[in-house]
Order: sequence, then structure tokens, then C-alpha cells
Amino acid sequence: MRPWILISTFNMTQQEWIERVVKPALFMVCLIPLALITWDAFNNQLGANPIEKIMRRTGDWTLRFLFITLTITPARQLLNMPWLIKLRRMLGLFAFFYALLHFTNYIWLDQFFDADEIIKDVIKRKYITIGFACFLMLIPLAITSTNNMVKRLGGKRWQKLHKSVYVISIGGVIHYLWLVKKDLGEPLIYAALLAILLGYRIWRYLRKKAPQTPQNTMSPIG
Amino acid sequence: MLIKKPTEIASSEITDKRMYFNRRQFIESALGVASAAAVLPGLLLPGAAQAGTRLAGVRPGSTKAPFGTDEERTTYEDVTRYNNFYEFGVEKEDPALMSKNFRTKPWTVTVEGEVNKPAVYQLEDFIKPHTLEERIYRLRCVEAWSMVIPWVGIPLADIVKRFEPTSKAKYVEFTTLHDPAQMPGQRRAVLKWPYVEGLRIDEAMHPLAMLAVGLYGETLPNQNGAPLRLVVPWKYGFKNIKSIVKIRFLEKQPTTAWMAAGPSEYGFYANVNPEVNHPRWSQARERRIGEFLKRKTLMFNGYANQVGHMYAAMDLNKYF
Repeated sequence: MRPWILISTFNMTQQEWIERVVKPALFMVCLIPLALITWDAFNNQLGANPIEKIMRRTGDWTLRFLFITLTITPARQLLNMPWLIKLRRMLGLFAFFYALLHFTNYIWLDQFFDADEIIKDVIKRKYITIGFACFLMLIPLAITSTNNMVKRLGGKRWQKLHKSVYVISIGGVIHYLWLVKKDLGEPLIYAALLAILLGYRIWRYLRKKAPQTPQNTMSPIG
Repeated sequence: MLIKKPTEIASSEITDKRMYFNRRQFIESALGVASAAAVLPGLLLPGAAQAGTRLAGVRPGSTKAPFGTDEERTTYEDVTRYNNFYEFGVEKEDPALMSKNFRTKPWTVTVEGEVNKPAVYQLEDFIKPHTLEERIYRLRCVEAWSMVIPWVGIPLADIVKRFEPTSKAKYVEFTTLHDPAQMPGQRRAVLKWPYVEGLRIDEAMHPLAMLAVGLYGETLPNQNGAPLRLVVPWKYGFKNIKSIVKIRFLEKQPTTAWMAAGPSEYGFYANVNPEVNHPRWSQARERRIGEFLKRKTLMFNGYANQVGHMYAAMDLNKYF
């Protein structure tokens, strides 16, 4: 059942429904993790080491939003819900938003702008090196996320650039794996999920290379 | 700022929830202690009391270095809710949640190896000959956070002397209880269980080293290593092994749990040293729990004058 069929009686097209209902609702939902962190901060619920806790939670949500963004393509293909592509840009930008909070927490609350220590950290500690690199790589993706930028770059080049999200996701998981002192349980769960998300794409690619596959007409916008 | 905590009521003044819910049991055990105290005047035995009960006969601590400090103490709440005790889970909050039903009574301590008097002690008998004293020490975790904790315990040297180590006793090895039924963290091979730590004999004999049975004047909460733990304030926190059941005197240096887990990251000595780099955390600074800005980490955690001579001839980059 397509929800917009119900709505269409109110003279709303699918496009309008997505723009006026789905997107605003999704936007609010994506802010819930931040709201919870803020709530806990003001209610002394972040434990004995609040800065470490904020670091953990913003980091967790960066990875989660990256993964949710990477789920859009398989979901629209497997569930035959092509309209999902219209939500991908917002989810990707939220991944960047939580990465930005994570980075800001590190620079500001954790290191308190101690440039010397930050530079040493980035150079010496490989999990910070890779985390920092991934954050830098997210910036061009966020900047080129507008319709205008897609046009200026051209669909092909835009798509090529945005494929770097695969590298960033792998880097993000390695960042988590390397920072954990001993128990690799949770980072390995993320690694397994990422293997599925990327494995799906490899499988599609290999199938596409076989001659009888129909042409993929994916829009770069979204 | 959002990290401020309410401070109107000292956490030590609030009746512990566990004690409240177990008040009948507490009254019973208090009665038991009262009769024991009639036999042994002036001495309340930690083994006879419930975790979190007041310890009596404790020689009060001083705020003077090195056995005390006038630095602000970390709150009881933070000391007992932010713990690394992988036997009860790897998250900081896990030990307080998962150790609630941990049984610390009866408790035996086995002393063996290169000593004239090997024995298996009931904890009460292990502690009995000594006077409990309070010491306010800094605790510096290898993860670059720190606390100030008023411990209650016994100088390790006094206990070591009692067993009469032989001339072959060059090292002391400590072992934590191995009981996966009670310690859920041990059901997964996060570390090689049981947890093992060790000291060189001169470190063990150093007047700063102590075996703690309490903190903030009360018996140790389970998450802090009840009923008996090591406290060596000039070393990183993981050296302070918890819930000790065995003390073994050895000629050769033992391999500790963290050495086995990551030999390139964790050495036998693990002395607090801001100059020796660690691949995961800069050791130059630390965050004191309850404070916002990081502070500089001091050589040997500020106990350099007391312990520096033990390592004078050693390359601390090699023996980290």
C-alpha cells in the first residue's frame, strides 16, 4: 500500500506528500538523538565523565546515520520504493551533522582548543588520524549536496565524488575498531553491517556486468 | 555549564539504596558484628560487615603528602559509578549494575610460592592482625582520567612481611577471583581470565602500596573491587587489581592480564609517566573526574619523590 494513495484524496501528489509530510517528520526524528543527549546533559544523566559520553554518543550516531544513508539504495531497489531516494540527502547531511558535533566535542570540550595537543593526537594516534581524515572527506560531500552543485558538477562527476562515502564508512568503522581498548564486540557489529551494505553493491555491480541485466537509470539527485 | 553536579547533599550522607533495601539483613549482620566486637573489642572486621557499611577502628587519614592530599576528593557517587572492572562488563556503568549480587563473604585469600608461611586465610584472619588506616590517593587511569579517593586499608609491606618471603621472592603476583557464574564479564574472552597483576618485591614493600578493604570510611562497594584490592597510586589504574583471591611470590616476573592482551601497549611496570607515549591516549594530560579542563599529568602521578629511586637505573621508555 502506498501511503500517498490515501493522501491523494486530499489532492496531494506523491511529491507534495513527501515534501510536506515525510521530510519534515523525518527531520524531527533525526534530531531525537541530539535532543536526548541535550536532555541528559541538563539532567546530569551523562555519568561521571560527560565529555567522554557525548563523544561516544555523537560518534555512534554518525556511524548509524552513515549506515542508514547507505541503506536507502538497497531499500528502494529491493522494496521497489524508488521515492526513498528523496530522503537520502537529508539522512546524509544528518550523518555530517553528528560528525560535526563529534568533532566539535573533541576540539572544544575534550581538548579545549589546545592546538598543540590536537596536532600531536592527529599525527600520533592512528584512530584519531583516520577519524579526522574521514571528517575532512565528509565536508565536500556536504558542500556539494545542493541541487545547484549537482548541476554544476554534472551528474557523473557528482556521483563519482559521492562514492567516497564508501571509503568514509569503512574509515569510520576502523576508527571505532582502533579506539576500543579491548572488547571489539560492538565495532565488529558495525563492521558486519557495513560488509552487508557494501557487499550488496558489489553483488549488484557484478550482476550488472553480466550482459542480460537491464539498464540502471538511477538519478544522482537526492 | 552542563557538567556541573548538584552538591547540596554529600553523597556519603545519603543512605545507600542497597543498604536501604537490605536493611533487615544489615541489622542482622550488625548484630552479628556487635557480638563479634564483644569478643574482639575495638575492631570491626570488614569481612563481617555488608559492603557499604561503616568501618570502625580506622586510623584517620591526613591531607599531607604522600599518604594524603588536600586536593578535592572525587565524589562517592562518581567513584562508585564510573569503574573499569571488566569482570562485570566493559562499559563504565556496568560494574555498578552487574555486581549487585556479588558475594564477598565468605572470602579466602591464598598465599603461596616463595614464602616460609604459605596459607589459606579467611579474609577476616588475613586482616585481623593489622590496624586499618585511611589514605587519600590520586588514581590515574591509563585512559587519561583521574580521581582522588580516600581508601581504607593496610600497608602491603606489613602483610608481605608476615608471610616471610624467601630470598627467591623477587616478584609478587595477585590474582582476581575467577567465577563466571557471578562475574558475567568473564563469560566472554575479553581478557585472559582470571585477571593477574604483579609487582616487583621492592614495589610491594614500598610504604605507599596498600591493600584496600574500603573507601570513604565504608567497606568497598563490589564495583570497586570488594572485598580486597590493591592500591599502588604511582601506577596506572589497571595495576590496582580487584577482588583478590591469591597472592603468589615468584622468582620470575609474572605476565599480567594486560601485558598478555597488548604487550606493545601495556608493560609490567605501568608507572604513570607523561613522557612515555601510548598509542591510544596521550599521557601528557588527564581529566580529573568532576572537572572540565584537563590538567597536566605528573611523573609517577605526583609520587616521584617517594618512588623515583626504584626506577633510577631503568630506561622508562623500554620498561613502560
